[in-house]
Amino acid sequence: MSTKNTYTISIYTENNVGLLNRISAIFLRRHLNIESVNVSKSEIKSVSRFTLLVKVTEEQVKKIIGQIEKQVEVIKAFYHTDEATVYQESCLFKLSTDLLIQNDEIQTIINQSKSRVININKNFFVLEKSGTKEEVEELYHILDKHGIMQFVRSGRIAITKDEMPVSKLLQLIKA
Amino acid sequence: METKTKQQTELETTESVTITGAEAVVKCLLAEGVDLLYGYPGGAIMPVYDELYKYQDKLHHVLTRHEQGATHAAQGYARATGKVGVAMATSGPGATNLITGIADAQIDSTPMVCITGQVGAHLLGSDAFQETDIVGISTPVTKWNYQITKANEIPEVMAKAFYIARSGRPGPVLVDITKNAQFEEFDFEYKKCTSVRSYQPVPNMSMQSIEAAVELINNAERPFVVWGQGVILGEAEEEFKAFIEKAGIPSASTLLGLSALPTKHPLHVGMVGMHGNYSPNKLTNECDVLIAIGMRFDDRVTGDLSRYAKQAKVVHFEIDPAEVDKNVKTDVAVLGNVKETLTVALPFLKANSHKEWLQEFRNLDAVEFDNVIKNDLFPTKEGLTMGEVIKQINEASEGKAIVVTDVGQHQMIASRYAEFNQTKSNITSGGLGTMGFALPAAIGAKMGAPEREVVAVIGDGGYQMTIQELGTILQTKAAVKIVVLNNEFLGMVRQWQQLFFDKRYASTVMTNPDFIAIAKGYHMEANRVTKREDLANAVQEMMQSKEAYFLEVCVEKEDNVFPMIPTGASVSDVRLK
Ligand SMILES: Cc1ncc(C[n+]2csc(CCOP(=O)(O)OP(=O)(O)O)c2C)c(N)n1
Repeated sequence: MSTKNTYTISIYTENNVGLLNRISAIFLRRHLNIESVNVSKSEIKSVSRFTLLVKVTEEQVKKIIGQIEKQVEVIKAFYHTDEATVYQESCLFKLSTDLLIQNDEIQTIINQSKSRVININKNFFVLEKSGTKEEVEELYHILDKHGIMQFVRSGRIAITKDEMPVSKLLQLIKA
Repeated sequence: METKTKQQTELETTESVTITGAEAVVKCLLAEGVDLLYGYPGGAIMPVYDELYKYQDKLHHVLTRHEQGATHAAQGYARATGKVGVAMATSGPGATNLITGIADAQIDSTPMVCITGQVGAHLLGSDAFQETDIVGISTPVTKWNYQITKANEIPEVMAKAFYIARSGRPGPVLVDITKNAQFEEFDFEYKKCTSVRSYQPVPNMSMQSIEAAVELINNAERPFVVWGQGVILGEAEEEFKAFIEKAGIPSASTLLGLSALPTKHPLHVGMVGMHGNYSPNKLTNECDVLIAIGMRFDDRVTGDLSRYAKQAKVVHFEIDPAEVDKNVKTDVAVLGNVKETLTVALPFLKANSHKEWLQEFRNLDAVEFDNVIKNDLFPTKEGLTMGEVIKQINEASEGKAIVVTDVGQHQMIASRYAEFNQTKSNITSGGLGTMGFALPAAIGAKMGAPEREVVAVIGDGGYQMTIQELGTILQTKAAVKIVVLNNEFLGMVRQWQQLFFDKRYASTVMTNPDFIAIAKGYHMEANRVTKREDLANAVQEMMQSKEAYFLEVCVEKEDNVFPMIPTGASVSDVRLK
């Protein structure tokens, strides 16, 4: 009952300044760490979508959702387990160009990991990879042996398998 | 429906006029029906003050002596009237001084709009003179806030601010306006806000939940109601009374719910919580169905949650979905405004009387009377008790006064013994427990309900936290009655030190000034009572005065408030001594 799980929280909000502050304050007050955050446009015009990743108990996540939805500018918030979502992270590696020339192993790694070179010059090249956290981590470990000059990864973004009936909700509000 | 004043209809015409942002702020306030606001001027809000000068005949600004006083006065006004209280301050220190009152209003769901001036938009983020990020600072303690940087945003944001502050579960809203926006001219048009897309103030009511709730209540043998301020905020006093009367359910109040039902109502079984009454606390753990109405299971009410009403099915009538299951797991949650949900539920309720069950409360009341109340209200020892002062106030006011209390022992004693015949008569800082609340809140209450007697009951500690508001009384002639119960201690803390820290009275002894001389310095009638035989007359004299009046009562120094549920104990472990 009180075991912690990874939950993806999706929040549909008005596109207003200051909201990130209000939402993060809800976690801050409860001393809960947010593993990752992504804020972007959503499928609905002028509606933003927050995607947060947290590791909490189900009881905690329910209460958090209650507090989030209480915010005036939040339209609706949802939480989902990993199984209920299709999710990705994106990452970028900066690696030495010498590796490409001197080490044929690298080509195989790039092909097998389904990553792609998105930029190259005589000093370094940039490799992009999208995938689950595990896939990204695996690639990191492989490349680490060859020397990574820079590494950055995005927060999780997720699409739920279930419908999130926000458009319907908005229509209801308008009607 | 509310009737529109002439001003409002004028303002809501579509014809626009070119005015400055500052004038627009004033026009917005007028359009919202505001005729009184509290505040303190300063550089960044001066353009608005300049407009207030022009509109003096329509909009009365009360200069408090501290911005905290402005917020508490606005709260007192809001709590006495049910309307939105308004407070205004300049940027920087003016704005930060509002925070205590805003936090207090947030936790006690008081409708309030605070307006702050801000440095010019081009200076934002530059650490300019008197710049603070008041939007950032106030975010965790406001229901909503917004920074206006352009004059043309003013009408829409102000309309939204009032709508959000007063609708649903009310709360404080802060609007920060940069100085350039106050100077800019634009075409002003005002339309009241009636909805915000992302905001549903009152959740949809479900018939299913009402039926489930009624079924539990109808089949209960020992039902017990605990009601809170939601009944008052929802203006559901009549519906609430009809509800408990039909089903014959013993009902107890939270601290903030007091006065929603007359104290002497036969089903009123007292107040729950840390210093509440013996019977409702004890029997919380005996009822079979606990019906919570417009209350939020504060920890001061529940004590140890793991031992709170575990035997009972819980029904929760509540407007804020986030409160459901937050502290106490419910069996049935009835979402909605209690005025509506109780009305819909009423016809399905079975008429009942629960005589024997009610008698159990009365039996325990007798125990409390013998052990505590008798000594508080009919003392035989020499020192004056706080309880007998409240008793005299009850008699002199016939239970018709608005009683505003500060925070501490006197607050708990006043809440335990004050008799209320009328709703909106109990004004206190419940959730935040803000010392210094009562004096300014009483000023606001008196201005909101000038026809009513307003008595502030304050400790010697809390009084000195906002004592400067005597100046506001001097200037406005607000006829509040101030009763300071002087025990020369920070009494409530001293009580804890006595009970839980081996009587080590660390920093709770108060060396007090001559309060009478201070009151006289503010040209206020004042009197001091030290002997029992003088008390009744002194209270009478105070109540008969038509003006503001200060009464100091020197009470026993080391008196304690009982019953008491020590922190972490179960409600049924309530102690009588
Ligand atoms: C602003 C603030 N500071 C500190 C406290 C902690 N506190 C709670 S009750 C109390 C003592 C109040 O003393 P007094 O005003 O003399 O009232 P009494 O308890 O003696 O009736 C204190 C210090 C508080 N509630 N609010």
